[in-house]
Amino acid sequence: MSKLDLVMFEEEFKQLQDIIGRLQKDASAKVVFLVDKNGQQIASAGEVQSIDATSLASLTAGNVAATDGLAKLIGEKEFSLLFHEGEKDNLHISIVGKRGILVVIFDQGSSLALVRLRVKKASRELQEIFERVETRANEESGPGTKFESPFSEITDDDIDKLFGD
Amino acid sequence: MTFINYASREINCKIVYYGPGLCGKTTNIQWIHEQANPEKRGKLVSLATETDRTLFFDFLPLDMGTVKGFKVRFHLYTVPGQVFYDASRKLILRGCDGVIFVADSQRPRMEANIEAIANLATNLKDNGFDIRTIPYVLQLNKRDMPTAEKVDEMERLLRFRNEPMIEGVASQGVGVIETLKACARQILMELQRS
Repeated sequence: MSKLDLVMFEEEFKQLQDIIGRLQKDASAKVVFLVDKNGQQIASAGEVQSIDATSLASLTAGNVAATDGLAKLIGEKEFSLLFHEGEKDNLHISIVGKRGILVVIFDQGSSLALVRLRVKKASRELQEIFERVETRANEESGPGTKFESPFSEITDDDIDKLFGD
Repeated sequence: MTFINYASREINCKIVYYGPGLCGKTTNIQWIHEQANPEKRGKLVSLATETDRTLFFDFLPLDMGTVKGFKVRFHLYTVPGQVFYDASRKLILRGCDGVIFVADSQRPRMEANIEAIANLATNLKDNGFDIRTIPYVLQLNKRDMPTAEKVDEMERLLRFRNEPMIEGVASQGVGVIETLKACARQILMELQRS
């Protein structure tokens, strides 16, 4: 497995899900998304059905990547927090560890201060899990790995089937 | 970077369409969007200027079905082709699993094709990838144009690693799916090896 691959197992996924579920309630937010920096959604909580989550994930990652570029231009490592204020809903975007992005959508039922406070605590917990996932990935990328990819027996036929041949 | 989620049994791969300005990257994914089963495709997001030139990227999520019990989803991105958007191009390559290079077959665009491949190599390297090893497909687009260069000559100029080379007319859908399939095949085979 390439060390860049992100492999998430049931247990870790559940822990992430618990943390963002709690964050959504504690921060009185409408929706919370956890996205990875490459634009893929990892987990979500709240009124998720009302939002096109896949597009949100990719646009958020694009936004963060562009802001990262801006930060480097002026000599900063990164901007760890982005805030977009709308008429009704607001978007709070923060970086978690090396590869996570936490997106909190909230309205006047909450406040920026409350969201910031709760996000801080949740970020620490999320970061620990990300670090664990990464440590495991590094350990298992070496020779004699215990981890067996489910794709080790993939065939040409499997791929043809994906394209409806 | 492939994202494998064992909890939801999903695997997500990112494929980037690269190439010089106006070579047909957006046209490729627009065709896929039009042809795909509406239940399987997501929304096509285009960050474009008023004149429909790509400003940041186009994005199309595509559910492909299942392999070994895992739901396979491709995230297709295009980059802005115009030379001065280089910073954006570099960002979009972050974490990609495969690249499709769309070459413009029109003879006056050969130099732009060559420059774009060199630019791709640099930007991949800056993202920690090697253009010689990453899953990669070369599409010769706009084969219907009167000034189209001969295939042999384009191969000589643009093909450098025995990658799949597919002739296409993206505006009519010719070669579009074959190109995507050739890239997907390499990405999934890569997963098999790793």
